[in-house]
Amino acid sequence: MTNPVIEAKDLTVRYTLGHGFMTKKVDLHAVDNVSLRIEKGNFFGLVGESGSGKTTLGRALLRAAPISEGHVIYDDGEKRFDLATISKPDLKDYRKRAQLIFQDPYAALSPRMTVRDIIAEPLEVMGLTKTREETDARVREIAAKCRLNLEHLRRFPHAFSGGQRQRISIARALVSGPRFIVADESVAALDVSIQADVLNLLKAIQRDMGISFLFISHDLSVIAHVCDHVSVMYLGRLVETAPTRKLFSRPRHPYTSALLSAIPSLDPDDRGDAQKLQGEIPSPTNPPPGCKFHPRCRFARDRCKQDTPVLREVAPEHFAACHFAEEFDFTRELRG
Amino acid sequence: MTAKPLISVRDLTIRFRTDEGLVTAVDNVSFDIKPGEVLGLVGESGSGKSVTAKALMRLNAGNTVYDPASRIVLNLPDGEIDVLSLKRDRDMRVVRGGSISMIFQEPMASFAPAITVGDQMVEQLQIHTSMSKAEAKALGIEMLARVGIPEPARRFDQYAFEFSGGMRQRAMIAMALSTKPRLLIADEPTTALDVTIQAQVIDLMKDLVNEFHMAILFITHDLGVIAQTADRVAVMYLGRIVETGTVRQVIRDPVHPYTLGLINALPKIDDLTAELTPVPGDIPSPLDRPPGCVFHTRCPVAIPGRCNTEIPGFVDGKDGHRAACLLAAERMQEGVGA
Repeated sequence: MTNPVIEAKDLTVRYTLGHGFMTKKVDLHAVDNVSLRIEKGNFFGLVGESGSGKTTLGRALLRAAPISEGHVIYDDGEKRFDLATISKPDLKDYRKRAQLIFQDPYAALSPRMTVRDIIAEPLEVMGLTKTREETDARVREIAAKCRLNLEHLRRFPHAFSGGQRQRISIARALVSGPRFIVADESVAALDVSIQADVLNLLKAIQRDMGISFLFISHDLSVIAHVCDHVSVMYLGRLVETAPTRKLFSRPRHPYTSALLSAIPSLDPDDRGDAQKLQGEIPSPTNPPPGCKFHPRCRFARDRCKQDTPVLREVAPEHFAACHFAEEFDFTRELRG
Repeated sequence: MTAKPLISVRDLTIRFRTDEGLVTAVDNVSFDIKPGEVLGLVGESGSGKSVTAKALMRLNAGNTVYDPASRIVLNLPDGEIDVLSLKRDRDMRVVRGGSISMIFQEPMASFAPAITVGDQMVEQLQIHTSMSKAEAKALGIEMLARVGIPEPARRFDQYAFEFSGGMRQRAMIAMALSTKPRLLIADEPTTALDVTIQAQVIDLMKDLVNEFHMAILFITHDLGVIAQTADRVAVMYLGRIVETGTVRQVIRDPVHPYTLGLINALPKIDDLTAELTPVPGDIPSPLDRPPGCVFHTRCPVAIPGRCNTEIPGFVDGKDGHRAACLLAAERMQEGVGA
């Protein structure tokens, strides 16, 4: 077995809303008792609707969201940290080893800094290079890896298209030599023609540099193409997790299957006779009892209203949190 | 087929006055939309699709220059309106929000934040119809119910920030449709939504087309959404329409290399092994439009010496399928497909 680079154990991220006076305090479980392992060099997909907690989970793995309960273990063979109890100097070290790529390349880059300065900033802040020459050399090396034109380094971000900006963001994330990267909806704001280019670049980085990725997206078709392993999240919990092929050939949770059927088909003669998922994700301050998905689930039975299903292995390497994972073939049922 | 088009756009050329001189955003674009028809307008950011759509309602900014040869004609039961010749705001109101309504990508930015959703619905109904306030309110609540918003009477008195993203987009559709427009312009209406909510909104729009028999100009960069909604498609690149035809022609048998590129770049859920092929390079700046065919700088099959000098005209295929490419004639015959 290979060393996991990152492992969450019973991770909970809880926020308390309301500040006491005249308002009732409410606990919000953004991430609720989640366990997952991202193996070394793995491209790990995390999918779910807005409000499912996928961004918070990604941030908790970077120690950018508070860890209320549980542990996050990072181990790259050289260093091992538990993010729940990590010391300040270790956290500083961890920042070099784990990085984030944001969704919106227009908002993520300072309009007043040149591309060179944007990419060099982490090096300077973390004190990774000693001289300006060393910094420049490192910036040029990374920029070339991200297929940026080196003559463009002196320009400002406004001169670039969305795809080029996202390559600049990726270069900035790579410059400190991280072993783990969280890419949060990194292609959602891009045109399809450019999306493919950025996805291919991320895959090349994973392959050539052996970096592990947590790739967060709401788009299962993108996840399907780039990820080795997928977890599906709903209202703070993982509802299904499996190697990509297994998950897509037979989803074992009705939510996954509903997400799949919601992808618009490219066939004009296949105009969505599949059952659409009704309603919206409920508020995490007041989650439904039992299985959190039961109010939107077509297959829900009485048992689902009281009994919370746990994530369990329903087929080899395939985990799902549904009482009826073995009983129903959700995809076939949905196609009707 | 002989039905008169609801709106007819001919030789539409739009330039913007900027500090760097005149910038061409839309170049010689022509299309028709028939009553009850859904036309999908596809293209990358910067292709000019939103500028084209806004021209139909004259919503482009003050520095816009319409070419004198451009025509936009709206055929209404009580006569034609030459949209580009309208001068007074009062005349423009017949078009804006009256015959044509528009819904946008970001519904939060389209509602006034400090006025209730209901008051905004009432306001526009009072501008465009002779309804009393009470009648407008009743219709507003009815429309909210029609687009599937639970507790419409309570929601009517709420503000846009109290709605979820999907609900805001539904409310915006309700508002746009309450004046019974003949043409709805939908500018990336589902791009900001989750796939699950997107599927619901698409279903809703299909129902409404049938119910109100309204035409839709559906702008999106997502060919999957187009395949699910449109009757006909126009593909735009750098201000020009490069291919147009029925949704089946354009998606199944694309002829223009750009259309083919867009389809190949799309991740397909039923074929996980397929490589994702990006369209190489980036869309050029409108300040720096390539000569000849605007797509030649990114085209894998460009012919040196010809594509960078000749502006390709439209080649006609079967049943209204047209493409502006020097290689289109061969490809139309072969029926080269994706």
